[in-house]
Amino acid sequence: MTCHVPGVLKIVLQRLALGLVTLFVVSIVIFVAVNALPGDFAQVILGQGATPEAVAAIRRDLALDEPLVTRYVGWLGAILTGDLGTSFAQLNFQSSLGGGEMKTVASQIAPRFANTIFLAGVTAAIAVPVAVALGVLAALYRGSVFDRFTNIFTLSSVSSPEFFLAYMLILFLAVLNPMLPSLSNIYDGMAFSERLRATMLPALTLTLIVLAQMMRMTRAAIINLLASPYIEMARLKGISPMRVIVRHALPNALAPIINVIALNLAYLITGVVVVEVVFVYPGIGQLFVDAVKIRDIPVVQACCLIFAAAYILLNLTADILSILSNPRLRHPK
Amino acid sequence: MTRLTRRGLLRTGAAAGVLAASGLPLKAQMKRGGRLRAGLAGANTSDNWDARTHTDAFMQNASQGAVFDALTEVAADGTLVGELAESWEASPDAKTWTFNLRQGVTFHNGKAFGADDVIESLQMHVAEDSKSAAKPIVSAITEMKKLGEHQVQLVLAAGNADLPYLLSDYHLMMYPAGQIDEAISKGIGTGLYQVVSFDPGVRFVGKRVDSHYKGDAAGFFDEIEFIAINDPTARMNALLTGQVETINRVDVKTEALLNANPLVSIQEVTGNRHFTFPMLTNVAPFDDVNVRRALKHGINRQEMVDKILLGHGSIAYDTPIGPANQYYAADMEPIPYDPDKAAFYLKEAGMDQLNIDLSASSAAFAGAVDASQLYQSSAKPAGININVVQEPADGYWSNVWLKKPFSAAFWSGRATEDWMFSSAYEDGVPWNDSQWGTEDSERFQELLVTARAELDSDKRREMYTEMQMILRDDGGVIIPMFANWVQAVSNKLSVPGTVGNLWGMDNARMAERWAMA
Repeated sequence: MTCHVPGVLKIVLQRLALGLVTLFVVSIVIFVAVNALPGDFAQVILGQGATPEAVAAIRRDLALDEPLVTRYVGWLGAILTGDLGTSFAQLNFQSSLGGGEMKTVASQIAPRFANTIFLAGVTAAIAVPVAVALGVLAALYRGSVFDRFTNIFTLSSVSSPEFFLAYMLILFLAVLNPMLPSLSNIYDGMAFSERLRATMLPALTLTLIVLAQMMRMTRAAIINLLASPYIEMARLKGISPMRVIVRHALPNALAPIINVIALNLAYLITGVVVVEVVFVYPGIGQLFVDAVKIRDIPVVQACCLIFAAAYILLNLTADILSILSNPRLRHPK
Repeated sequence: MTRLTRRGLLRTGAAAGVLAASGLPLKAQMKRGGRLRAGLAGANTSDNWDARTHTDAFMQNASQGAVFDALTEVAADGTLVGELAESWEASPDAKTWTFNLRQGVTFHNGKAFGADDVIESLQMHVAEDSKSAAKPIVSAITEMKKLGEHQVQLVLAAGNADLPYLLSDYHLMMYPAGQIDEAISKGIGTGLYQVVSFDPGVRFVGKRVDSHYKGDAAGFFDEIEFIAINDPTARMNALLTGQVETINRVDVKTEALLNANPLVSIQEVTGNRHFTFPMLTNVAPFDDVNVRRALKHGINRQEMVDKILLGHGSIAYDTPIGPANQYYAADMEPIPYDPDKAAFYLKEAGMDQLNIDLSASSAAFAGAVDASQLYQSSAKPAGININVVQEPADGYWSNVWLKKPFSAAFWSGRATEDWMFSSAYEDGVPWNDSQWGTEDSERFQELLVTARAELDSDKRREMYTEMQMILRDDGGVIIPMFANWVQAVSNKLSVPGTVGNLWGMDNARMAERWAMA
């Protein structure tokens, strides 16, 4: 395979370059969109106390009175040197503090992002094996009661709103049978086992949400292949149906499955706001919503870049893995 | 002890120290130990230990309620007692105030507390470009003098009998002089609990200081943990599953759920928080006092309390002075809901019909749009046609409030009458949301200035009662209701019989006053 690596490498580099362009476009869109919202940071933070002088003072301090383009270029310049900037909230308080340490956006986001990755990791560790296993079994026993039950169960869980699933799990696993805590406020210095226990309910909720798509894609991709001649051949050889599916069908069905898994993982990083709120999980989604609420543009921008980057990288990974798993793509004509 | 008049306390505060030291009888039964876990709304990722920036419940409880102290403190029963100040004395014109500070107090880093700390901590608020919410209070002080290691003199530009009260404000915390930056970044105060860990917008853990000047009379928990839970349902879940012992801001719609659970109970007190409909008194038709009177009679206040607050509040008669104020005129003659009377006043104004717009949004207060619609239907029989204009919540305070002639708004209220009036009812102040001024009532503005410097409590009561009556009859703000502070407590906690009503969670001092059962 070594001789094909340059080909793959070229694709990776191409895609990364395109990804950077995408990030650039995303940053412009977000910047314009947040600025188009009614009210700016000064007005929101002052709320009822927004006298014209106070608003003007904050705008001056934060350079919000400068034109949009100047502000964007300034932000872009900083980003290119790796500086995500300082949040408006911090800057605003800092100017009334005079000195002292300043928390940058990066240092604000880092622990939250680590928490989000932890939750996504725990969820993926549960959801991916379960989904693939269920998909394989459903394909194997397609049309059976098991197949129908799995389909109905996963489809109804994916069709329910996230908060409903969350509250159902709280009701059954925290209130009626107090096995797991309903509060997932994990913090620094928590023992790993404790942290895992606290993360379990949100992870299970997310598992229920992402399970259906991955499971059904696995099932569909395998069933699709079951009609192909080489599967027929394998059957005629007399090997067991399980072996046919796992050894012969699954490897060829991997590409679409990997794609769906990647998409769902991206969702786990970027789309978990509701679950975070319900379980009071200190992840990046909560920070993002707070930042949008007070129009804290540096934080919003940084979060969006992270979200966009997560999508781009996971999609890239998925594409590369499907290329590697598919000889036809590995050896283009 | 309980016979002390407010006047005596107000004037000299000599007994304040004694009162604080003696402790309330209930506290004697409080048990030391345990860990208080509280689920609190009102947390932000931008939270920090700079009291000048504090606006919401989480930091109020963590800062004033645990880590920091002010010079004075409003006790659970509403009286003013000394905190870091032991006693105080005013000159007869209420202009020059001398505060005697408590001795032997140390900050969490070991530094001794004294006069320099007071002066430097107060000056933080008036530094150039300071955005402190307490700036108006401190900028009224023209001179701060250190008379001794434990004595300071504050000289005011104009007499103000409320100064000791104002110094209990949760923005005016005492920081160690010369180390204020460090104290703000780490949270170093003189409070009952010192910071163990603080994750803004997520969690605060504090540990009881070993030997504290408040001794055994307060601070019963060994450890406290405040968990930021901004979502009301999540707060409720945390309480019902026993992961916290108490929560603030209970969603009253779920009251039945809480009542059904024998392990928790609801605690509620009526405070000064009020929901309002300000009219601009310098804009027609609201410049006509008869139109305002018609509108005052056209609102069904009881219905508002029942349907908007679901009973968790009490009726107000267009004055912002509430049950948590000293001179609240509780027995003032009410304004009845009376469409005929409203129609009568409308006729007095020379009108048969009145067509007006009322701007409302959920940003004003929860249920503001519903409240406006209730108002619309109750005013209709009087010939007042209110057109409810639903405004966007974003930018409501900048674009609608103070700008539209008739709108919905809310005020959290103030600890003193003068503070409330001079924030929103003094001629020409920026938050005067009804443009209420001398041309509306010369008498009101005159009383406002006289009462401010009056040290005699009885005379002040008289004046503030008259001012409340002027607002009830002629005022430009319709204030139909005061909202309750509704919180819930697990039966694992022991809570004193009297709970503060100035702010939620026992004036944000649950860590100080409550204990494990």
